[in-house]
Order: sequence, then structure tokens, then C-alpha cells
Amino acid sequence: MAQITLNAVAKTYPGRPARQLFRDVSLDVGDGEFVVLVGPSGCGKSTLLRMIAGLEDISGGEIRIDGVRVDELAPVKRGLSMVFQNYALYGHMSVFENIAFGLRLNRTPRAEIERRVREAAELLQIGHLLERRPPQLSGGQRQRVAIGRAIVRAPRAFLFDEPLSNLDAALRADMRVEIARLHQRLGATMVYVTHDQVEAMTLADRIVVMGPNGVEQIGAPMRVYERPANVFVAGFIGSPKMNLFPARHDQEDRVAVGEATLPWRAAGSAAGSGAVTAGVRPEHLLLAADGPLRATLLLVERLGAESLLHLAVPGLAQALVASVKDAPPPEGSAVRLDVRPGRLHLFDAAGMRMAAAGDQAAQEKSGT
Amino acid sequence: MSRSGPPIRRRLRALGMGMLMNAVALLFALPLLFMFASSFKSDTAIFKDLSSWTALLPAPDWSLANYRAVFDKSELPTFMLNSAIVAALTVVGGILVNSMLAFALARLRWKGRQAVLTLVLAMLVVPFEVIAIPLLSVVARLPWTAYAHGALVVRHGWFNSLQVQIVPFLANAFCVFLFYQFFRDIPSELDEAAKMDGAGPWTIYWRIIMPNSGPVIATAAIVLFLGAWNQYLWPAMVIQGAALRPVQPGIQQFFGRSNSWGQIMAYASIITLPVLAVFLACQRRFVASVMGSGIKG
Repeated sequence: MAQITLNAVAKTYPGRPARQLFRDVSLDVGDGEFVVLVGPSGCGKSTLLRMIAGLEDISGGEIRIDGVRVDELAPVKRGLSMVFQNYALYGHMSVFENIAFGLRLNRTPRAEIERRVREAAELLQIGHLLERRPPQLSGGQRQRVAIGRAIVRAPRAFLFDEPLSNLDAALRADMRVEIARLHQRLGATMVYVTHDQVEAMTLADRIVVMGPNGVEQIGAPMRVYERPANVFVAGFIGSPKMNLFPARHDQEDRVAVGEATLPWRAAGSAAGSGAVTAGVRPEHLLLAADGPLRATLLLVERLGAESLLHLAVPGLAQALVASVKDAPPPEGSAVRLDVRPGRLHLFDAAGMRMAAAGDQAAQEKSGT
Repeated sequence: MSRSGPPIRRRLRALGMGMLMNAVALLFALPLLFMFASSFKSDTAIFKDLSSWTALLPAPDWSLANYRAVFDKSELPTFMLNSAIVAALTVVGGILVNSMLAFALARLRWKGRQAVLTLVLAMLVVPFEVIAIPLLSVVARLPWTAYAHGALVVRHGWFNSLQVQIVPFLANAFCVFLFYQFFRDIPSELDEAAKMDGAGPWTIYWRIIMPNSGPVIATAAIVLFLGAWNQYLWPAMVIQGAALRPVQPGIQQFFGRSNSWGQIMAYASIITLPVLAVFLACQRRFVASVMGSGIKG
């Protein structure tokens, strides 16, 4: 397996005016690590993956695999395999021929091709499909064939470009587990692109959140979830989304939200920051009889295991969302809200996270 | 209730459309029916039936006499063989040449690509008659090898040859356009997956793109075949003598040898049959290609 290093990689599309997609992207993918590039459509995550694969030129910086610079090398010479969003299977060839295609181009002996294809097929449980053609397969089966084609070349690393996007929700969940198991079995270095933050959270050893400014944050899934670096990451990671609303951080280190005041302690100096953006995840917004925030329950969404409460808070233009597991009060009720201690996030005027006292201790405790 | 109206109205509409389409089809088929029916009749019967619908039907005393006369009075088998060879080589060569150019235009990135594409599209509006004389002048000077007196010699001029009927028609702007439109719609991920496996442009073209291009290949085959089979002006300009003459100039020669309309219709029927056969064999893919690439384009 391989270590992939990106040093100050940039991508600019030529034209008048030239369009810079991102610049100064640096990332180290360790040997055997599963790194997920996640972000909304158009942020450049697929482009970055294709640059690693060699399917797109880089405009600046360098890409190294195991210390060797590869950004001038053809895709086949980089020793990587890629799984595409729409499978990219050859419809006129059988499943066997699809998987064997790269080996045939490499002039691998026939017996060796047979052995490796059958091994990959058994690993992915598609041995009984080898004589069929892609149009005769279901979406999940096609995706397995695409993964088989990637495995059989014994690459140094695997690249996945939104491989589950074309599958329905149930199949996506099953295939996610399959990919996780594959990573466990092979111990392979994997770089995975998705716009689905649930996939990112469940599969990754580390997440790279990409946004309008390029790379917004890199970290372990729970670290990114619990300590988002900025407003963009806070709003993107987490389902349901984090509640983000305007607040004021005063000189007494309190946070004014509408008519109420919430406690918060800044790390270091206690000077007031003025207008800030506050964030609370729905599961950390609690119904409390003596809570500081008054609210009116507008709407209840019952999801089965939990319910989402849409709450109007005086002084806030948008409704807040709280997630509760107990039976919700009736719509129209007046309720009081509190924030779980240590779960109020503040972001300064530039949208960057403001460090809170206790962040360091919590980080050491969780090991993230 | 369905948006298109109650069931009875929908059925009436479908019936009306069916009748209209059948009427149009009959209109287009009329000349063919007349030709085939007349080929089995004497001239007297042809003229007798002209003013009635029996012109479209064989006479009760139909015979193959006209067909026998065609084979007696003309070198039709030779002409048909020549046309078959020219058409076959034009189809095979043309599909290769035009698809390769279309692949380069649709799937590869190179400087000048857009200019070349514009040039190809511009060629669509240039009729053959405009370039016939300059082309004649070119082929009169082109070298070709021949075996004479036990040795390979180089001769100049392509007159009275098969290659003069084939080579100028291999490159066909309309076929390039058809292939280009079709190739553009094939997902680029197929090329990229092949590149990851180590395939170069030729391998991608030959082993990935072309095997997935059945409909457009069938369409191009029909277009090239029709063009080659129906050639009249060019062979009349460059071929003298019956040895390499194709069928269309042949009918002109037959017209000079026979003043029987029944025999001329028989000649025309014979040379139409291969065209019908090719179209019937490829029509499903032809329609799919026109709908898939032509309409999107």
C-alpha cells in the first residue's frame, strides 16, 4: 500500500477570466489510511481526486506517492485504481472481461488472469455473475464489478469517486458496509470522494472537508463533528444540520441570543467579541423547564427513533431545530430550551471557530 | 381520466394517425410498386394499365421475359459485381476513416480541434458537382503501382480503376458528423477507466468506443453504401469500358441498347434489390442512431 502526499496543489481552469478552483491544498494520506474528501457539488473534491489519478493536470504544487513525484506520470504508471460514480463498465464485455481488461492490456498470462479475476469475484460475491454483461446486472452488482476491476490490479491505493451516488438509499447503506469491510480486509490506502456527510462520518479515518475556500478542515470524523473549524464545516457536517444563528459575545463572556443569555467561556482572554455566530447541534438543544431560552413549538417531524422539533425563539429570524427521543409536546406549546454544557459553538465575524475554555481538555480526553 | 382525453377519443386519434402514416408510406412506395409491377409486364400491358391502379399490380400473364432480356443484352452481373466491390470497400474503409476522425474530434484534446470540426461541418454544404472537375484533375496525376512485364511499375492516373471509385468517397462529412455526435454522448468515464488500466487512444477507440457504436456504424454503412451504389456522375467521368463499370452508368448504357420500358424496369428492379436488402437489415439500428444522435445534435 502507499502514502499519498499533496503539496500546495492548485487548480485553475484557463480562460478569460481564468477560474481558480482551489489553491494551496496540502494533504498527507498515510499508508493504509481511509481518507474521505467531502463537500458540496462544485467544491473541487472530484477534481482533486482526478488529479491524484492523473486524469486532470495540476496547475501548481506537486503530488507524490511513496515520496516519488507523480504529477507528470500517466495514470497507469501511478499504480492506482479508480472506481467511478457511474461504474464505467464496458457494456459489450462480460463481467469477467471487464475485470480482466487491465490485466489483458498488461499482457498478464491467461492462467494468472483467471486466478485473479476469480479471487476478486469471490471476495465481492459476484462469482456467479462472471458470464453476464453489465446491462443484465443491478446497480449494486455493477458497483461490485467496478470495485472488482479496481482490486484485481493490486494497486498501491484505491480512489473512489462518489461510488454510491447512483444507488438507492437502502443499497447505499449496504454498500457502505461492504466498502468498510473491504478496507478492513485489504488494509488498503483509500481516498474516497462523496457529497454525503453520513458516508464521510462512517467510513473515514480522516475527513477532508472542502468548501468554497478550498480545504476547510482536516481531521478525524468526531473531531470535525465536535469542533468544526468554521461556519461552513459546522453547517455542512451533521444531519440534521447544526443550528446557526446570530448572537453577541459580551465583555462578561456571556452570549446573548435574542432575549436570553447563555453561558460560554472563551479560552484565554475574556474580552467581548461583539457580533458572532452561535451554533448548537439539534441533539444538544434540550427541553428544560428552567432553560434560559423561551420558544414556541411550530412543527414536529416524527422520524421514529427521534423527533425533530422546529422552534420559534423571540429575537431570532429563523427557527431552531431540536432533536428529542422522548414524546414531544404538542405543536403550539410554549417551551423553554437550554444548551448542553460545553456544546455551544461560537464563530467570529470571519466565520472562524472561537476557542472555548475546556476545548483542550476535551480534545485530550477524546484523543482527537 | 387521462390527460389526453377519454379512451374513445384516444383510439380515434391513434386510428387517424395510423391511416395518415399508411397513406404517406403508400405515397412513397408507389414508384417502387410501379417499377416492380412493370418489370413483369410487356410494354403493351404497361401502357394499357397506366391510367388505372392496375399499374401497381403484376399482370395476370406476368413473365420473366424482361429479366431474361436484361441479362442477355447487358453485362449486368459484371456491373453488379463492380458496384458490390466498390460499395463494400467504401463502407469498410469509410467507417474506419470517418470514425477515427470523429473519435479524434470528440474524445481527444488537441490544438486546432475546433477549427477542423468547423471545416468538416462546412463540407456538408458543398455538393459533389462543385469538386468533380478539380478531383478529376487530381486523379489524373495520382500514382499507382501495377504489375507489368514481371515487375512492379508506377503509373500515373487512376482512370479505369476500382480505387478511383472508392478512395475519393471514403471521407464523408456527414458520416463524420454522425460519428462525432454519437461519440460525444458516450460517457467519458469509459475512456478514463480504460486509461487507468493503461489503454492508449487507439485501444480506447478500437476496443471500447467502436464496439459500443453499433447503431451509428449501421447508419454510416447505409449512408456510405447508398452513396457508393448510386454513384453515376463520377464513374461516368472516370471509367471507360464495361470491365470496371458500376450499375448506374450501366443503366444508361442499357437504355441505349433497349427501348423496352419493361426491360428497363427489370434492370432498375434488380439494382434496387441490394439497396432494399441493406436497409432492411440495418433499419432498426439506423432509426436508433437517428433518434439517439441526430435529434440530440
